[in-house]
Amino acid sequence: MDAFQWLYSDVVKDHFTNPRNVYSPDEPFEADADGIVGNIKCGDQMMFMLKIENDVIKDVRWKTYGCASAIASTSMLSESIKDMNIREAYTIKPADIAAKLGGLPENKIHCSVLGDKALRAAIDKYLEKTGRAGAFKGEDAVVICTCLNITDKDIEEAVKAGARDWHQLQEATKIGTVCGGCKVKAEELLHEFSHIYS
Amino acid sequence: MASKFVYMDYNATTPLRPEVKDLMKDALDVYANASSMHESGRRARAEIEKARAQVASLIDASNPQTVYFTSGGSESNNTVFMTMYHLAKQGTRKKIITTAIEHPCVLNSAKYLQEEGFPVVFLQVDDDGRIDMERYRKELGPDVLLVSVMAANNEIGTVEDIAEITRLAKENGALVHTDATQAVGKIPVSVKEWNVDYLTMSCHKIYGPKGVGALYIRQGAPIEPLIRGGHQEAGVRAGTYNNLGIIGFGKAAELAKAELDEYREHVGVLRNRLRDKIKASIPHVRINGHPEFVLPNTLNVSFPGAEGESILLYLDLAGIQVSTGSACASGSLDPSHVLLATGLGPELAHGSIRFSLGKYTTEEEVDYVAAQLPPIIERLRKMSTVSAEDTLIQH
Repeated sequence: MDAFQWLYSDVVKDHFTNPRNVYSPDEPFEADADGIVGNIKCGDQMMFMLKIENDVIKDVRWKTYGCASAIASTSMLSESIKDMNIREAYTIKPADIAAKLGGLPENKIHCSVLGDKALRAAIDKYLEKTGRAGAFKGEDAVVICTCLNITDKDIEEAVKAGARDWHQLQEATKIGTVCGGCKVKAEELLHEFSHIYS
Repeated sequence: MASKFVYMDYNATTPLRPEVKDLMKDALDVYANASSMHESGRRARAEIEKARAQVASLIDASNPQTVYFTSGGSESNNTVFMTMYHLAKQGTRKKIITTAIEHPCVLNSAKYLQEEGFPVVFLQVDDDGRIDMERYRKELGPDVLLVSVMAANNEIGTVEDIAEITRLAKENGALVHTDATQAVGKIPVSVKEWNVDYLTMSCHKIYGPKGVGALYIRQGAPIEPLIRGGHQEAGVRAGTYNNLGIIGFGKAAELAKAELDEYREHVGVLRNRLRDKIKASIPHVRINGHPEFVLPNTLNVSFPGAEGESILLYLDLAGIQVSTGSACASGSLDPSHVLLATGLGPELAHGSIRFSLGKYTTEEEVDYVAAQLPPIIERLRKMSTVSAEDTLIQH
């Protein structure tokens, strides 16, 4: 997809100009759980609000301070999760949404990673509320360090706990202390999560 | 494609004006190597020298031979900084003073010298983008090799007091460079009044072609070529003459000089009209840049609560072309270094839009932009996790 065309792919343009399920202060929405991630200082922030019945997402609203890719991908995500079981919704990845949008340019992928994290934060809150805190942890994990079986979720948790550089991440997880082959990928994730949880 | 098309990004670049385009069409046939001694070479050279005089006149340089053609602003700036690298290696003066709001080609050239071990000071600016003169005076001394301060900022339009900056530098025996890329053709620029040693300019900002610029070098000021080779440009800048670009540059410079007063009046009135309409129709906005010492065509506004790239793209869908200080549009995580340097918080910098007007901007276009903008901002603020009011108050 070239730089001129990306905004004008019909799907992205449609979701950017007519975002679905956006929260409006004019309309009351009683959420069963909400989740907020991102930092305005880094330029984007995302909030998800969910209505859940019997572990099925019945309705959703979201708010964002974000760019066009964030708006379009979150709009698409909000459509995809209606009537979906929260366990399934928990495993949705940015790449799934990007694919539904017909792809995003490489330099725009990082703008679309907040939606699914805000969604998971809301589901986590709901699980906590219903006495099942951490029930889905690890379900959507991808192994990054194959020597020590350390996943992206482990990296995410370490960053949430305060790790901000490679050394701190190694102290927290022991990642990359055997062959070190995962360092590039792990540092990318470290950078991404630091951005989200700073 | 929207039915309307409004270009308001003239600080990024300008369209080729018809008078220049027409001249360049004829100049396509000026093929000869301007260094050749034969008749066609001499004819080409005459065209180059005419352009040199036209460019010299635009910056009030009495000797056209002080103007050296380059490929553009970045090359001119790099030539100055690489010259400093050579001088700093040999001499006792090694310190460079520049500012935190320079164009990346100056910032990165200065950082290169810093990495090579030379002391570099990036002067901070006040809320309006003017350099901290108190601090500047303190940084000056017998160790200072070069002071490089941009004449006008590309993002917020703030104009620096180059004459005073030079006066103080000269008291300390330092060389002075100014990147006047955004100032030339928009405000009066005089190397005589400013008394600088080096001045950078670029052609595509004044309705001429891209790929050509110039560096003014005061007679006798030290210079080291960035591009070595033949004896073109008195050995300062090698490479066969870019006849087409240089001829276009000459014409663009001639017209810019002749129309300067008219231009300033035209864009100034329209810029103020746009500013007043935005302030009247959109709550909680912040106008960035100096209220008085500012380019007449530049209006930089923060819309807290609304993210800049989203504003830019909604405007784009309405056929309006602007730029933003938001990180999202730059591909990095950091918003505009210029806005941050003026003390703006990232939440205000990410929501900033630069409207830069030009000689072809009309009142109708300004009114169209002013009418399109409020619903876009309102919509983005409504879906935002951030309150516009709180962001401004916190600032």
